[in-house]
Amino acid sequence: MIRGRVWKFGDNISTDHIAPGRYFHLRNNLEELAKHVLEDAMEDFAKKVQKGDIIVAGKNFGLGSSREHAARIIKIAGVSCIVAKSFARIFYRNAINVGLPVIELKEVDEINQGDELEIDLENGVLKNLTTGKEYRFTPIPKFLLEILKEDGIVNYLKKHGSFPKV
Amino acid sequence: MTLAEKILSQKAGRKVEPGEFLLLEPDIALANDITAPLAIKKFKEYGGKKVKYPDRVVLVPDHFTPNKDIKSAMQVKMMREFAREQGIEKFFEIGRMGIEHVLLPEEGIVKSGDLVVGADSHTCTYGALGAFATGVGSTDIAGFYLIGKVWFRVPESIKVTLRGKFKDLVTAKDLVLKLISILGVDGANYKAIEFSGPGVKEISMDGRFTISNMAIEAGGKTGLFPVDEITIAYERERGIEVEEMYPDEDAKYVREVEMDLSELEPQVAYPFLPSNAKDVSEAEKERIKIDQAVIGSCTNGRIEDLRLAAQILKGRTVSPDVRCIIIPGSQKVYKQALKEGLIDIFIDAGCAVSTPTCGPCLGGHMGVLAEGEVAISTTNRNFVGRMGHPNSKVFLASPAVAAASAIKGYIADPRKL
Repeated sequence: MIRGRVWKFGDNISTDHIAPGRYFHLRNNLEELAKHVLEDAMEDFAKKVQKGDIIVAGKNFGLGSSREHAARIIKIAGVSCIVAKSFARIFYRNAINVGLPVIELKEVDEINQGDELEIDLENGVLKNLTTGKEYRFTPIPKFLLEILKEDGIVNYLKKHGSFPKV
Repeated sequence: MTLAEKILSQKAGRKVEPGEFLLLEPDIALANDITAPLAIKKFKEYGGKKVKYPDRVVLVPDHFTPNKDIKSAMQVKMMREFAREQGIEKFFEIGRMGIEHVLLPEEGIVKSGDLVVGADSHTCTYGALGAFATGVGSTDIAGFYLIGKVWFRVPESIKVTLRGKFKDLVTAKDLVLKLISILGVDGANYKAIEFSGPGVKEISMDGRFTISNMAIEAGGKTGLFPVDEITIAYERERGIEVEEMYPDEDAKYVREVEMDLSELEPQVAYPFLPSNAKDVSEAEKERIKIDQAVIGSCTNGRIEDLRLAAQILKGRTVSPDVRCIIIPGSQKVYKQALKEGLIDIFIDAGCAVSTPTCGPCLGGHMGVLAEGEVAISTTNRNFVGRMGHPNSKVFLASPAVAAASAIKGYIADPRKL
């Protein structure tokens, strides 16, 4: 079960918003790069975000580059889950591959900045503890959930020696 | 079956359906100097000793090369050492390299019918050859190094039927910018875009690469062209024999779009999304002043692009208020441009010409924008801060529009020069 406080973002948050090219001299130092995460979309986000917080965004979150740094530094910043109307394809797979839960929910507009959420990934249930509303989302496909549960592909392979069954 | 389903079925050894997950062994796995180091680290972290298929691994340092600073040099050093240690022959040092998506088809490394993954979003470029090629992350690549497999979800497809012929100075870039404005930046998310119709044969291989390259800007997993006589001729020049490939007549699509090439005007995509395209005749009225023009990149750094830019720049000069940077996409493109006298034309017009690099496209080096500056660029993205300062702007266009704008000093219609 994931529980955390909401940070709201709009539509089309790009990998350039998340990990700006001008900080790419830090690309080998993800902890440092994470200090600039999403700063082009929200000032001082890296300073404000706390461990376990949840990003709630509009459509097409993570569009643009394949740079996995984007998903990684969001995770390093302490974010426990991203809820969005939709995700850009490569960002979605990167998030799963590095063990960052991502779920698609149509009703994100009903969630506000600072709300407290509780998310049950396996059963596809999101509760807004602040408003008392409960939502169902399409659970993450089993194959991907297996990877997520082991905190990403590399850890999965380490433990099991091969991919989960498709 | 659609083209995507055909290629994936062939690789899976059975008929596959959209929506299902597959574990497949790609023919090629590409990574660059941004994404390879992360993959190599993961490989080592796992305790990886030997890459499963070293002959399928391609490493191209192109984003921050020639090494921009010490950190970039360290990244490339890591790639070089990994290549040596693992016996990876397809590592391309500067002087012998090119921008990855220009280089791989040119060298015949990627061919029609291949399954290709690349830790670079523009890997979809090879769809032009009828290869199922898609961008993935560094961890996917690390997984491939370790066990030779990558996971895929079979995509639904969008069919784009093309008719007619381009009018003078209207190009493949204009077609794809228009298409992205129709589909939107997420219109093809998780899906393959498939091009068909009589208009396909009007588009050269270089043009097809430009179009497939930007499939990702509509969210597409790949942008596939059929394998026809134009593809076969291109492959034959590289000593590769391939067969024609078309989708089945009863193939199912989730959406169909029709475009008439003859109705297109040159396009300009306004900041901050590639989907914000307008006709250049409209843009010209706004007298949008530019500080920089960039001609090159994995989208428009091929010989036809440089020929087109040269056609516009010949005998003219770049506005004193503009820096015009021209970057051939590979050593071969550069040499061909030299041979044809294009580089002379560029230098005489007052352009800076560089060795192949992705540099300015991602605000890396070789043309970073200052606060408040505006660029017109033949690259593929115009997001906030893409080419430099968060308060700079990038407008996307064809080499013809970029060259015309460099001359005029504002976004200009090449047909009115």
